[in-house]
Amino acid sequence: MTGIVFILLTAFFFPGIILRTKNIASGRKGPGIFQPMKDLRVLLKKGSIFSPTTGIIFRIAPSITLSAILCASLLIPFAGNAAPLSFEGDFIFFAYILAMGRFFSIIGALDTGSSFEGMGANREAFFSMLIEPAFFILLAAFAMFTGYTSFSDIFPHFYVSESDYALIYSIIGCFLLVQIAMVETSRVPVDDPKTHLELTMIHEVMILDNSGFDKALIHIGTYLKFAIFGSLIFNSIVPAGWHFLLQSALFMLIQVVFAIAIGLLESFRARNKMNKNPKYLLTISAIAMIAFVVTLIITKKLM
Amino acid sequence: MEASVVLLIIILLSFLVFALPASTRYSFTLLLLAAGIILTSFWALEAFTSDEKVCSIESYLFTRLTGITLIVDRLSAFFILVVNLTVLVGFLYAKDYLKSYTRDIKPLRFSIHYFSYLWLYLSMILVVMIRNGTGFLIAWEIMALSSFLLVTFEAGDRLTMKTGISYLIQMHTGMFFILISFLIVEKATGEMSFDALKGYFSTHSNILLFLLFFTGFGIKAGFVPLHTWLPQAHPAAPSHVSGVMSGVMIKMGIYGIVRVLVSVQHDLMVIGVLLLAVSIISGLFGVMMAIMQHDLKSLLAYHSIENIGIIGTGLGIGMIGLAEGNVLMSLLGFSGGLLHVLNHSLFKSLLFFNAGSVYSATHTRNIEQMGGLMKRMPYTAILFLTGSLAICGLPPFNGFISEYLIYMGMFRSLPEAGLNQAVILLLSISGLVLIGGLAVFCFTKAFGIVFLGEPRSEKASAAQEVSKSMLIPQAITTFFILMIGLASLLFVKPVSVFVSDIFALNMSDLLSLPSLTALTQISIIAGIFVILSALILLTRHFHLKTKKVEEGPTWGCGYTAGSYKQQYTASSYSYNYNHLAKPLLRTKKIMEDIREEEIFPGERSFESHSEDAFKKVLIDRPVNWLSAILKKIAVMQTGEIRHYILYAFVFILLIFLLTFFKII
Repeated sequence: MTGIVFILLTAFFFPGIILRTKNIASGRKGPGIFQPMKDLRVLLKKGSIFSPTTGIIFRIAPSITLSAILCASLLIPFAGNAAPLSFEGDFIFFAYILAMGRFFSIIGALDTGSSFEGMGANREAFFSMLIEPAFFILLAAFAMFTGYTSFSDIFPHFYVSESDYALIYSIIGCFLLVQIAMVETSRVPVDDPKTHLELTMIHEVMILDNSGFDKALIHIGTYLKFAIFGSLIFNSIVPAGWHFLLQSALFMLIQVVFAIAIGLLESFRARNKMNKNPKYLLTISAIAMIAFVVTLIITKKLM
Repeated sequence: MEASVVLLIIILLSFLVFALPASTRYSFTLLLLAAGIILTSFWALEAFTSDEKVCSIESYLFTRLTGITLIVDRLSAFFILVVNLTVLVGFLYAKDYLKSYTRDIKPLRFSIHYFSYLWLYLSMILVVMIRNGTGFLIAWEIMALSSFLLVTFEAGDRLTMKTGISYLIQMHTGMFFILISFLIVEKATGEMSFDALKGYFSTHSNILLFLLFFTGFGIKAGFVPLHTWLPQAHPAAPSHVSGVMSGVMIKMGIYGIVRVLVSVQHDLMVIGVLLLAVSIISGLFGVMMAIMQHDLKSLLAYHSIENIGIIGTGLGIGMIGLAEGNVLMSLLGFSGGLLHVLNHSLFKSLLFFNAGSVYSATHTRNIEQMGGLMKRMPYTAILFLTGSLAICGLPPFNGFISEYLIYMGMFRSLPEAGLNQAVILLLSISGLVLIGGLAVFCFTKAFGIVFLGEPRSEKASAAQEVSKSMLIPQAITTFFILMIGLASLLFVKPVSVFVSDIFALNMSDLLSLPSLTALTQISIIAGIFVILSALILLTRHFHLKTKKVEEGPTWGCGYTAGSYKQQYTASSYSYNYNHLAKPLLRTKKIMEDIREEEIFPGERSFESHSEDAFKKVLIDRPVNWLSAILKKIAVMQTGEIRHYILYAFVFILLIFLLTFFKII
């Protein structure tokens, strides 16, 4: 269960660190790193406004999406300890339960009858469909490399195998996971949380009409997603055999570095033109294919 | 067992439908249907529970009259149960659904309709029970004819009749292939039956015969490129019929393919890879076309092609497993594929019934004219949502379980796979993932445009919830969807037992397989998901009670004259997708450009269509070509009797000459 605690802890700090990095990089004074948490508090204090167009779906969607993300977090192992729930093929469940959450956030957006939110919903559905293969190809490579099919078994066996290539391998894995995480959590270059403008981009435009409690839930969900993907990245870099305390320290370090990296990336990188996104996303899948080919070579199936 | 006399009695009594008074016809048909369902379910359960694995039904009378023995093994039993459930639910649903037709359609047509529904059921049951080739083909033909009568229920509509005839022709093309295959078997072994296949396959080339069978059964099942009848026939038929046809009738094709696969002896690898490739293409093509449809029912019809693709993927994985001697892979692949047969029969029939409810409430199938139905038809909307989530394979619904098994079949065999196999598996995994993503895209669109937002037309805003007698049958289906999703092991266990049985897989300790015990964990986490969602919703409920909750218009960027026209439409939702997939979809836009001198442009219309490329090449072009030739030959039809006498004379002369020179 320590994993869950760490994920929650990361989710708590993560958005603040990104915000802080962006402020420093752009030369602004900016708020402290707890600002996102303070925002959440404000949202929880506020009442809600619902459009008469919306119905039950709009009201339940944020809750179900958050619950799906929480369920996904139960499958993440930590520092060699198995996840609270782990079974063969749990990553399939992981991807599909996240898709379940996404399904609800999409139809929640469509429920408002707004063309903005319709656009956001459409983009979310479209782009997440294009990124999905990358995740599965990567995990196919992992499964083939280690011979296991669950997160809790795959990561501990990363460095156990006799191969010296494991390092290259985990770097590719890490790179891909970062890319997938950026798309899943709606950051630059595919999406832009600041949203200026391309008609308000993807994730932000989907939640235009949410307010109060529901909006807080949506934000919590996004923060959790960061932490979940952050711990996947951690798991793919740090060997599970190391001492627990060292791993915990490294975990925090990696999360902080990940957050700062996102902040820097968003400060200095332009986001993609919207109609170039499909190409970009398919390229990520193509890179995942390279990971697969590398695995074929390592496992001596190729050459 | 003399119980099959009941079957004979049902067959005889079915003709009474025409003689009875109009008011009792429905109940009478239901009675016969129920009798058949109870009888066959009893047989099926016996086949499942008996140790002998085959429950042969020897009815002296039946065999004496028809010369055909009925045999129920576990494969037939499985299909019998699937058929029974959907057919019963469909007929219960039909009771009120058909009422809206009573004004326009004569009572006789209703009798024909009930009669052919009953016979469609009987023929499907017979198809899975008869091993003998002739008997099988007769049942197969009855199935085609009765479903033809069902499709053309609204035969006053010219288009419906045309579609029906096109359907009938394509079904017979399929039957022709099956007939040829059986004849080949008979020529070689002297016996025309499924039982003789094993003998044939062990001594002859496997691929050719398999391909012939596959073409025949594939037309029924709707594998690409043999699917062309499907997107036309389903929308034309009344919704309960589309539900039954898509839910179970096309599965008869799958049944046939499995029957053949069980007997295949050599070239397993080639057959497996072939099946896999066709299936992945079917899956992708089906869902890609589905996204472009504006007609709710043809959208669902294209999704049937997608799901047949998923089923075929499972079977293909199973075959590759057999070829490689990888028992686990076979078990997972076949179990996943066959469980998906059950799953698809549930959610697809549910979705078609929903579409029927929407149609009877709005009198349109065009989703661009719908919207806001969730407020007007809340129960139908929730049922449709359940069906959508299930068909997208999302947990905790049943579609996930079968897709999970198929995925596991692929992922589990990756470590031991050779290079070629690994690449094939990776491509299939990517294909299946894309199918899943596209399905989510398609059903967020379908659900969102049809049920959410504001009504887009008068018809939609006047819609009302359908009657209870239409909703309750759908609730039964939904119950099973949730059961399989939440307590999957209960269903997967029997399926995998009978799969290992019919494919003779040597599985010593089936139930301790990690991939199957994982199902318990999936049930647990699915339960956690449900409880967690409920808890968050409860918290939300109590939280909002303490806060101020107001109403305000949807944010419109400063423009708040709320109009339904501002909403995203189905076309705009699929715009960017369409852009990416243009080369495959051949979308045509019909629009007049605005000219420069037009200062105040007048009214304009915009239309977009996407064309099924396979239909165009395989059906439309040959038909056009044929009718062009026939038109030329029609010159001979002069209408003058002396010409016809001349033709007869020439014909006789020709025969005479040919016999004289001993050519014939």
